[in-house]
Amino acid sequence: MKGMSYNNPYGDDKVISACSLFGMMDTSGRRFSSGDVVAAISSMHDRSNGLGGGFAVYGLYPEYAQCYALHIMFLSREARGEVEALLRANFRIVFDEEVPTRETPGIVDPPILWRYFVEVNGCSLGTPGDDDYVLEKVMKINTGCEDAFVFSSGKNMGVFKGAGYPEQIANYFRLEEYQGYLWTAHGRFPTNSPGWWGGAHPFNILDWTVVHNGEISSYGTNRRYLEMFGYHCTMQTDTEVVAYAVDLLRRRHGLPMEVVTRVLAPPLWEHIPLLPPEEQALDTALRQVYSSLLLNGPFTVIIAHQGEMIGLTDRIRLRPLTVGEKGDRLYLSSEESAIRLVCPDLDRTYIPRGGEPIIGRLAVQAGVR
Amino acid sequence: MKTYLPPRFVVERDPDRCITCKGCVAQCSFGVHSYDREEDAIRSQDELCVGCHRCAIFCPTGAIRIKRAPQDYRPNANWTPEAIEDIIKQAETGGILLTGMGNDKPYRIYWDHLVLNASQVTNPSIDPLREPMELRTYLGRKPDRVELETGTLKLKTRLAPQVAIETPILFSALSYGAVSLNVHESLARAATELGTLFNTGEGGLHSKLYKYGPNTIAQVASGRFGVHPAYLQMARVLEIKIGQGAKPGIGGHLPGEKVSEDVAATRMIPRGTDALSPAPQHDIYSIEDLAQLVHALKEATNYTKPVSVKIAAVHNSAAIASGMVRAGADIIALDGLRGATGAAPKVIRDNVGIPIEMALAAVDTRLRQEGIRQQASIIVAGGIRSSADVVKAIALGADAVYIATAALIALGCTVCQQCHTGKCAWGICTTDPILSKRVNPEIGARRLANLLRAWSLEIKEMLGGMGVNAIESLRGNRLHLRAVGLTTEEMEVLGVRPAGS
Repeated sequence: MKGMSYNNPYGDDKVISACSLFGMMDTSGRRFSSGDVVAAISSMHDRSNGLGGGFAVYGLYPEYAQCYALHIMFLSREARGEVEALLRANFRIVFDEEVPTRETPGIVDPPILWRYFVEVNGCSLGTPGDDDYVLEKVMKINTGCEDAFVFSSGKNMGVFKGAGYPEQIANYFRLEEYQGYLWTAHGRFPTNSPGWWGGAHPFNILDWTVVHNGEISSYGTNRRYLEMFGYHCTMQTDTEVVAYAVDLLRRRHGLPMEVVTRVLAPPLWEHIPLLPPEEQALDTALRQVYSSLLLNGPFTVIIAHQGEMIGLTDRIRLRPLTVGEKGDRLYLSSEESAIRLVCPDLDRTYIPRGGEPIIGRLAVQAGVR
Repeated sequence: MKTYLPPRFVVERDPDRCITCKGCVAQCSFGVHSYDREEDAIRSQDELCVGCHRCAIFCPTGAIRIKRAPQDYRPNANWTPEAIEDIIKQAETGGILLTGMGNDKPYRIYWDHLVLNASQVTNPSIDPLREPMELRTYLGRKPDRVELETGTLKLKTRLAPQVAIETPILFSALSYGAVSLNVHESLARAATELGTLFNTGEGGLHSKLYKYGPNTIAQVASGRFGVHPAYLQMARVLEIKIGQGAKPGIGGHLPGEKVSEDVAATRMIPRGTDALSPAPQHDIYSIEDLAQLVHALKEATNYTKPVSVKIAAVHNSAAIASGMVRAGADIIALDGLRGATGAAPKVIRDNVGIPIEMALAAVDTRLRQEGIRQQASIIVAGGIRSSADVVKAIALGADAVYIATAALIALGCTVCQQCHTGKCAWGICTTDPILSKRVNPEIGARRLANLLRAWSLEIKEMLGGMGVNAIESLRGNRLHLRAVGLTTEEMEVLGVRPAGS
């Protein structure tokens, strides 16, 4: 099919994984460093196999908060020239630099990694149209430029990922030098496809990121539906559709996150009649209209964007998710032990029901500090 | 004129078993068997046998075997027995050859070249005996998005009429007159029991069956037979028939002999007159005209019912389907090359149209390319033989399937292809009052409901095997299909990859 091989050297339609997830958010907006996050995800070392690790950080670039921060991987020097020409033609590049890295045992053959802080049309008005503009350019690079892809494209956030164990990736990207109020992390265990830098998690579009454990058996349906709305699944992994689905539903269709999660993991038909009438009407309509965005198969995802971190499993909970709370801190993890490692005295810990969303939000008055 | 046609079947009767009960004489509506009073024996005329098996099934001692009569023509790959005999028939009749029950040519059946995926470890299969498995499907036009009242979780969007079916299988159009009233009632009762829909076909609906309206698709064809306000109001879905797979470009023709008192009253035509519904609807010569009829039907029913438009699968179905959606069709019904009918010119049936698999894949892809796939449901028809065909159709892009031949087989049809004679020995494709009684609506409904229940259970098993617990996650999910033995071009149209990739 068209686009099947975009930028994915292995040309597979998706990558099946069984992985480790960790998310940590300070709902008061206090920024913190990577230490606990790296320690937690590293403790679940055996859930990944060294073929992918990654992190998303929010509140990362306060000095460029109004700029779109594009993290781009280049597999060749020519690709960089091609993409930079495209960026210059379409954006004002406020600042750019090579992403700082350090030599790390186990990290081999890394691509060229560069970050660009760009404004749309020379000014950042923050209009909704800007997001669509950036989305389109990201799609253009990812589908049109050989050997290059944008793996992070939001504001005041960034994704750091690659082929390796999460702790190796953290070391490689010198994550201890960064701070954020929300971190998600992923250790990958691809079982039917070689790991490659683009296939690592988190997946990102604009400021949405997704880390995922599982396999989305509705991928074909989800992907073909999203294609109608201009989303091209360039990474050819099942996780990618989650990011695009959330962008479509939350940003473009303006649905609250509580409703978005009811699209992705909806109540069963037999449960809908048990709900209050207004919810019945809503859930019925959501299943009718967005049936192609129902995520099927085993999954746990941690979805994040500015100010929110959401944990969600499939409806019959075929993958693990544990929640921990301590003061302003919210933890989401594949295993409770990882949370206990960095916060032994939790106020509360529990396992959500299948399809029950866990939504952490910045407190209303809290800014990012 | 002495016929030069040899018998097609041989009736073998075991004299040791035959008890001369004359059951076969009563059962055969084609007059094969007769009782010889002088000899106190049953005689059979092989040349009249159509191979329907009615006599053999109902023989209380199992004395009858129906076998194919071997044709000892000189072997010739060009002048096959069929080609020779068709010429003989036309030399003897001077007319168009008619036949029923669908295309029997060995065109490639794509369903049989598609295989399904199954989950193993990382994506575990789901056991439908232990876990929920959802087959409910909503037919109707969906908006691009849902809107809420500001700041609430209250739904603001008003959806176009939606119809829930509890299994993605509907009974396709079978008109009263082509089939007996008891068949209609069997279909209506089974559809009601299983939470799906049956389709009146183009002959209206007998007043006795109006109570099944919530499970009825009322068809409006060019003849407008039986179409009146109460008919439209009664139904759950309205369907405009433009074409059908068994005879694309050809209209309907119910011979006057089948137009009984009841059929005449239902169709609103004089008794005994031929009921002709021309291929074109004479008020539809463009998509704009189609839009007018779609909206006239919606207006007439106060926008409470989805309107389906049914076309035959042909080369440009995809472009037509796009126009249909833009004309306001809420459902597109596609009927393929193997669709059946009571009577079709044989030459049309065997040579016009394309396989439903190809048409479905092309239509689904085209509507998605245009971003309007969600604006209409797709129902496919024409040769769905099993639950596996249903699953593959949905994976290719259908919302649901129509079955008709399979439903008639459940009622006893043996696909003897003699529907056009009106003599159906099984009482299915006839309006003869004696023959019609051979289908008991209660038993017929039970057989049909059993078939749908059995297929539904099998569909759940296949879904579970693929790690999917809601059928909407299979719709258009071509990644769950792989092709075996197809050409690159065929795979490209179907949008599926080869097995092993």
